[in-house]
Amino acid sequence: MKYLVPLHHEKFEEIPPRDGFGQGLLELGKNNPDIVALCGDLVESIRVQSFAEAYPERYFEMGVAEQNMAGVAAGLALSGKIPFISSYAVFNPGRDWDQIRVSICYSQANVKIVGAHAGISVGPDGATHQALEDIAITRVLPNMTVVVPTDSVEAKKATLAIAKHVGPSYIRFGREKTPVITKDETPFELGRALPILAGSDVTIIANGQMVYRAIMAAKELEGKLSVGVLNMHTVKPIDAKAIIDAAKETGAIVTAEEHQIIGGLGSAVAEVLGDHHPVPLERVGIMDTFGESGQPEELMEHYHLGISDIVHAVERVIRRKNAS
Amino acid sequence: MSTKQLELKANEIRQAIIKMLLEAGSGHSAGPLGMADIFTALYFEVLNIDPKKPDWPDRDRLVLSCGHICPVLYTTLAHRGYFPVEELMTLRKFGTRLHGHPHNLALPGIENSSGPLGQGLSQACGMALAAKLDKKKWRTYAVLSDGEHDEGQLWEAVMFAGKNELHNLTAVIDRNNIQIDGFTEDVMPLEPLADKYRAFNWHVLEIDGHNFEDIIGAFRHAKAVFEKPTVIIAHTIPGKGVDFMENDYHWHGKVPKSDEAKLALKELRTLRGKIVSEHE
Repeated sequence: MKYLVPLHHEKFEEIPPRDGFGQGLLELGKNNPDIVALCGDLVESIRVQSFAEAYPERYFEMGVAEQNMAGVAAGLALSGKIPFISSYAVFNPGRDWDQIRVSICYSQANVKIVGAHAGISVGPDGATHQALEDIAITRVLPNMTVVVPTDSVEAKKATLAIAKHVGPSYIRFGREKTPVITKDETPFELGRALPILAGSDVTIIANGQMVYRAIMAAKELEGKLSVGVLNMHTVKPIDAKAIIDAAKETGAIVTAEEHQIIGGLGSAVAEVLGDHHPVPLERVGIMDTFGESGQPEELMEHYHLGISDIVHAVERVIRRKNAS
Repeated sequence: MSTKQLELKANEIRQAIIKMLLEAGSGHSAGPLGMADIFTALYFEVLNIDPKKPDWPDRDRLVLSCGHICPVLYTTLAHRGYFPVEELMTLRKFGTRLHGHPHNLALPGIENSSGPLGQGLSQACGMALAAKLDKKKWRTYAVLSDGEHDEGQLWEAVMFAGKNELHNLTAVIDRNNIQIDGFTEDVMPLEPLADKYRAFNWHVLEIDGHNFEDIIGAFRHAKAVFEKPTVIIAHTIPGKGVDFMENDYHWHGKVPKSDEAKLALKELRTLRGKIVSEHE
């Protein structure tokens, strides 16, 4: 397998992506006095701690009150600040969606929304704490940018990028350590898909920790099929050109995400394909159901987010492509 | 402005509200009329603003939380010179800048978007916090309805402002005792409202929301309070100035028909028959 961009091979360090977010936030604090951080009683967990210690006058403990946090951030942003508001993704953008809609997106307030512990892989906390709808409810809002970085290195880059971008933005990541596949020199541009593997039979479009799994699936299929992989870290604005090009080149698409198959990356890709270049599509994601307690890896397997699930989806889409 | 001048200005604003609501054919009547005195005091006496420079960084900010009373905000802004008075007649019509609920980017002088209740005090807290961070002297004013105190977010913001001692924040509550389904104390009791705010570390003032000396005195008083945000509980009469609308919650969410508007305007013009209008 030959990567299209500089990435790690074989040996992958495992780091929680929130670490990258925390480093990015700290760096932003150092370089821009307008950056402020608000957190809903989860300062250590979401890695806002180092910013809070370095810049205590620009850090605000909001308590368990996400709706107020979103509103206060809107007021700060309308007065020239760049606030990052952090909580678990089920609460932010879950609990405070109306505030995000009206006080932030409709008002075009330059607020950065940070949803941590997203996905089924949050594990033992169970269904209430497994954000599987957050991409759908943020992606649908006008003026919003939505980013799902694949690892801690990309999470840092994404954090810096959304701070630079003027406008409401949502960044989400999971709790667990995940394989670091990108390097400091790997390109990252908001709204531009990162091509990882070139393929001629099928393209897997993934984000978050599913990118690693997509690469592993491609590896497993090596010799049998030529599988392309695209890291679609930005779900909105979606890189339509990359999707259309992939559809034209390979004629079959598989999406993989740690989110409901309704409303997330798979839906965004389906919209682009439906509008511009329909080809067979298989979506790997949570199949319109709530999660449950369990160990992260057990849940990923049970809810069909494993490497083998991506392989099966590729086989299905190839059958459909060949039949059509 | 003298008290007399402010009273006349408020009366002018009430007449403009009736006219714009009649033209719009939908909207809210009671709240805007009840808050005409306070908005007149704010925009013609209290706020440090310049209508020619609506984006002046050091201006005072007014956050309207209960967006549905925007006819009084629009009317006051127009009469203060932010945009042409004639534009008031476009309220709620296609292509207007005067939306059914206010949008911060639509019109000069509008600081925030509101409509869904309970969001404004949080926005105002953020603005007050920004001024504190930048060590600026400008102040933030938040206009709240009593009914929106049913919303949980509002109390989150009350806690937050008290915790952070936002002395540069003044909230004013339109305590008119009505909401859509009836009297506030029947729908969801709010009393003892003043004690609740005090318990959250706010400085509390209670005033007659139609007495200009009271209103302006309270806003001046609030500026002198340190280490605490101030809330002014303004007792107002919904529909104030129009006899058949006063204190009747049915007028919360409806607008006058042509004959009703005529009656209302006559009453406002003649100050309830105290003077003979030149139009008669």
